[in-house]
Amino acid sequence: MPEPLISVRGLNKSFTLHNQGGVVLPVLRNIDCDVYPGECVALQGVSGAGKSTLLRSLYANYKPQAGQIRVRHGAGWVDMVVAEAREILAVRRHTLGYVSQFLRAVPRVPAVDVVAEPLRLQGVSASQASQRAERMLARLRIPQRLWSLAPSTFSGGEQQRVNIARGFVVDYPVLLLDEPTAALDSANRLIVVDLIQEAKARGAAVVGIFHDQAVRDAVASRIFEVERCESAV
Amino acid sequence: MSAMADLPLLRVRDVAVYYGTTLGCRDVGFDLWPGEVLGVVGESGSGKTTLLNCLSASLPPARGLIEYQARPGEMVDLYGLSESQRRRLQRTEWGIVHQHPRDGLRLGVSAGANVAERLMALGERHYGRIRQTAEDWLRKVEIDVGRIDHRPDTFSGGMQQRLQIARNLVIEPRLIFMDEPTGGLDVSVQARLLDLLRQLVHELNLSALIVTHDLAVVRLLAQRLIVMYRGEIVEAGLTDQVLDDPQHPYTQLLVSAVLQP
Repeated sequence: MPEPLISVRGLNKSFTLHNQGGVVLPVLRNIDCDVYPGECVALQGVSGAGKSTLLRSLYANYKPQAGQIRVRHGAGWVDMVVAEAREILAVRRHTLGYVSQFLRAVPRVPAVDVVAEPLRLQGVSASQASQRAERMLARLRIPQRLWSLAPSTFSGGEQQRVNIARGFVVDYPVLLLDEPTAALDSANRLIVVDLIQEAKARGAAVVGIFHDQAVRDAVASRIFEVERCESAV
Repeated sequence: MSAMADLPLLRVRDVAVYYGTTLGCRDVGFDLWPGEVLGVVGESGSGKTTLLNCLSASLPPARGLIEYQARPGEMVDLYGLSESQRRRLQRTEWGIVHQHPRDGLRLGVSAGANVAERLMALGERHYGRIRQTAEDWLRKVEIDVGRIDHRPDTFSGGMQQRLQIARNLVIEPRLIFMDEPTGGLDVSVQARLLDLLRQLVHELNLSALIVTHDLAVVRLLAQRLIVMYRGEIVEAGLTDQVLDDPQHPYTQLLVSAVLQP
């Protein structure tokens, strides 16, 4: 059996709302989970169970109170719960891709540059990065006339496809996907399914939230159940 | 990785500044790494600008240590240097972008001279090259080169701010300090300036310290964030983590107070 690319142990995450009477909302309790190369783990659970919280914790966007999230980074491991900011940034740059539900676009930056940016951060030359970004935009059927425009004016579905192009333009060893197909029509959903299958085939470990049953059935190697924490402490 | 790559550009330990008996800031400590943009946020009066002035060698701390990597692998105590050595650093290796462009520009001389002056202070004497570089920088910050001989007091606020940035970046500094660089500008001008700063920081591999109360600005520009409250750092970390999962009561208040358009 190969080693996992992500290994989660004893993960606990709660939110303390200091300005609302100090209410504590426990969300994740004692999560253990390993994700291996070439598999796609679909997170499942009722709304509010903590699927997004788990995914965001894996990316170190949320800060868990206890436990480990070890990510295979180059020849070593990085524990995303305790790593220094610049270590986490290095993991995000080279190892860990994340496709969020919504594109947070910088005003005035053309779609092609939004997609090319992860490559540029890895040190790929401007011309090569643009070429690869264009190929990915074409694959996601963003009309060529839009490539040089800032995505803030695009439709919801177009913005999401730019976001997906940005997430898949680099061959990350680990991919985190938060509802990547939510705003897409069926033809575009199939393109995303293909991208996910290709990532698995090259040995990536994928963790995702897929509300679309057909997409989930097509890409998931297995289901990881996220259960709602019952009581507020 | 070499030993040199593992030293920060700026190392700050236990710094405190007082104005008489009034607290400016205290217990401040962090590292700024080469190529990193660090944001400092907090309400007015939280000690942000005090800290920036102290770090940029303009306001000595009452206590604490500020070290700068002056040469590869060599950290020097900033306030252990002589006054003239500190001025030399400010002139040759640093940029300081003030909130009000009028504080950072010379209004009595032309836009071109504002940019050229910094180059000449570095020893450049060739008129043609100076003029050419000044023109290049005006283009980079999207100021019509036809305005090169105009005085900055004939420019709009947004143009003045872009000129101030050109004046600071023309020497290709290693470190730049910015105090509310987009404050007082209207939103469309802000977006343009932010986009420009993002590009330049990346192109020149600058390190930067940006003080602002605008959370959207730090989300776009800074990889790491420090939150100040009543003169102290109450939270520090990855920018998106601090903004999306704030831990300290003050940070939670700050983040929840922002209107989402």
